[in-house]
Amino acid sequence: MAPPVVLVAGNPNSGKSTLFNALTGARTRVANYPGVTVDCLSAPFTIGDGRTVELIDLPGTYSLSARSREEQLSVDALLGRGRPVPRTVVVVVDATALARALFLAVEIIATGVPVVIALNMSDEAARDGVVVDAARLQALTGAEVVRTVATRGDGLAALTAAIDRATARSWADGPAIERPAALGADLAELEAAIRDEHILERPGSARAWATWLLLSLDDTGADDLLGIPPRLRALTRAIRERAAAAGRDVDLEIISSSYRRVDALVDAVVRRPAEARRSLTDRLDSVLTHRLGGAAVFAAVMMVVFQTLYSWSEPAIALIESIVIDAQRLVAAVMPPGPLTDLVVNGVVAGVGNVVVFVPQIGLLFLLIGLLEDSGYLARVAFVIDRLMRSVGLHGRAFVPMLSGFSCAVPAVMATRTIESRTDRLLTMLVLPLMSCSARLPVYVLVTATVFAPGERIGVFSAGAVMLFAMYMLSVAAALTAAAVLRRTVLKGPAATLVLELPPYRLPAVRVLAFNVWQRVRSFLVDAGTLILALTIVLWALLSYPRAPAAAGPGEQLRHSFAGQLGHTIEPVIAPLGFDWRIGVGIIGAFTAREVFVSTLAIVFDIESVDAADEPLREALRTATWPDGRRLMTPLAGVSLMVFFVLACQCMSTIAVVRRESGTWRWPIFMFAYMTVLAYMASLVVYQAGSRLGLGVA
Amino acid sequence: MTVKFGSLAALPVGKSAVVSRVRGDRAVVRRLLEVGLVPGTRVTLRRVAPLGDPIELNVRHFALSIRRADALRIDIE
Repeated sequence: MAPPVVLVAGNPNSGKSTLFNALTGARTRVANYPGVTVDCLSAPFTIGDGRTVELIDLPGTYSLSARSREEQLSVDALLGRGRPVPRTVVVVVDATALARALFLAVEIIATGVPVVIALNMSDEAARDGVVVDAARLQALTGAEVVRTVATRGDGLAALTAAIDRATARSWADGPAIERPAALGADLAELEAAIRDEHILERPGSARAWATWLLLSLDDTGADDLLGIPPRLRALTRAIRERAAAAGRDVDLEIISSSYRRVDALVDAVVRRPAEARRSLTDRLDSVLTHRLGGAAVFAAVMMVVFQTLYSWSEPAIALIESIVIDAQRLVAAVMPPGPLTDLVVNGVVAGVGNVVVFVPQIGLLFLLIGLLEDSGYLARVAFVIDRLMRSVGLHGRAFVPMLSGFSCAVPAVMATRTIESRTDRLLTMLVLPLMSCSARLPVYVLVTATVFAPGERIGVFSAGAVMLFAMYMLSVAAALTAAAVLRRTVLKGPAATLVLELPPYRLPAVRVLAFNVWQRVRSFLVDAGTLILALTIVLWALLSYPRAPAAAGPGEQLRHSFAGQLGHTIEPVIAPLGFDWRIGVGIIGAFTAREVFVSTLAIVFDIESVDAADEPLREALRTATWPDGRRLMTPLAGVSLMVFFVLACQCMSTIAVVRRESGTWRWPIFMFAYMTVLAYMASLVVYQAGSRLGLGVA
Repeated sequence: MTVKFGSLAALPVGKSAVVSRVRGDRAVVRRLLEVGLVPGTRVTLRRVAPLGDPIELNVRHFALSIRRADALRIDIE
């Protein structure tokens, strides 16, 4: 028999997940909620006498009505739709935002489920002189109240004991929230109809269901109410229409009367200082969100984030790369030469390397995001920059992921998890691969060094520098434009709103930070990593088979392979962009990672040593010609190639991580398609227009 | 007697007012109500972001930031 389910619910940022992690340690796994693509962690949890429950960490939610899939998952679980009915719910209540937290608690208690309130961060509230009377709260709500400090692990034993006691209690008829008379009559009518349908395992929660139905019935997007019998849907709609005809607003009546209950609770249990002290947070904010000071701090913090990702991860990446090369040499030395060795060396070992090489950047980015988030500054980042981001339809919280995109799209896509709404998150992950990542740099360097002479200038600047700058500008412009376009087309969501909490500033807990970084890295290795490894092996096979005749050099082998043939096949398609089949093979090889373009090209051109700074490859490219004798790498073809690399989704790891984070193949395929079309069209325009105008053709 | 004051977006920094009505798209209204901006609630405009938008409110003793476009739909008195 499956163990009883205990849910952990709470507002976003209430410390819910930290508490969940503190309770369960590293035994978590992704809970299986069929049909949803939302992550939801679950772990076995021992509550006493060796009895085990399944503890599930629900996505943060504000109420028992839902606008997003995350919230819908929470609501469904709390109401016991499509999953085992929960035995107990732990509601994590942030004492520094007590009213809003109790609004959710009151709604959950009204379902009749046994509830334990984890009164979190009350130490912090106490610092501002705010005292919460836990015993009084317990007496008034009927839910056991336990004080916790999730970041320090305080109160866990008491919480476990309270969960143990609560699981022994049974569902009761939920204590009714006092409603206005007309609304009370509506709810009673709907409640009776729900009981008649016999769809509830716990008839006591019929009142809560009635409330949820009235609040969630949506005339346009009806997905909230999937699985609700048509008769109930029709009745709900009739009741809403009747109320509207009488000039009543049902949503307002429900939420207002719930808040009346909350206000009464807060009045009874909270003691505030007679004169409000100016809190530390307030004093910090007057600097950190100040027009000038705030902008300066913001720029400085983002500079550090960028610097860390861009350069400080370099030594670790170089170390991993050299270890991979050593491992490849070792395997090649101990195994007999042959196809199997080649598979292990260039498929498996290289593939593992392709995965592990992302770990330093992912670890560092999530360490930084953890520091910013847990200290409370990340919310201020969104507050400060939202105005700019909004102009292209992005959320203020998209800024850090977009900035990280300059370093690498893989950790940046993972960083979109800090954005609550799925639409906002998808939009961000679909456009940030357009940001010019560091793996594109070797391509730009090779191309500019090939097609521009060192002394060549555009105005007072060197031609290479101008081109490099132009590519970065192009990437930012493309990302922002794509966001604006996608927002109005593919991801046309409901009216964009921002409801941003600004939590008090606090010191991040090292233990929590380390745990979260490890969770992210592990999730990447397990989920996206396996896909990247598989794709590496597929690409290796494309580049290695069919085998060339024995004793052929690597160049000949590559030209003989599927990829080499494919290069020839696509030449008619890419020739209008100024690329011949050899560039085509390089582009195919670059799908492993963009910088691989350089080494693939070197093999095609039979160059022994490969390095972007290597003169032989540049020389070979400079002298390369089309069959009719025209120069291949004209400055125009170079620019066209760089434009292609800015815009094309030439990165299997990005595709793998978007697959992982969006939960479906639909979005990575869409992303690959739109970026490829964009890149092709842009390069086509550059090369064709340039050719007609006679620019950079000599 | 209450005096209609206009929208929350017009409230000067540091001043308080009482919410009288939240208008607009149902989903947005519901979200604003749920985070505590129900009629009868006293809100204080704490500060404005460096670029003029969004704004920071104090609602029921916690800090909440919303965009001006949404604040325009909140009537105060």
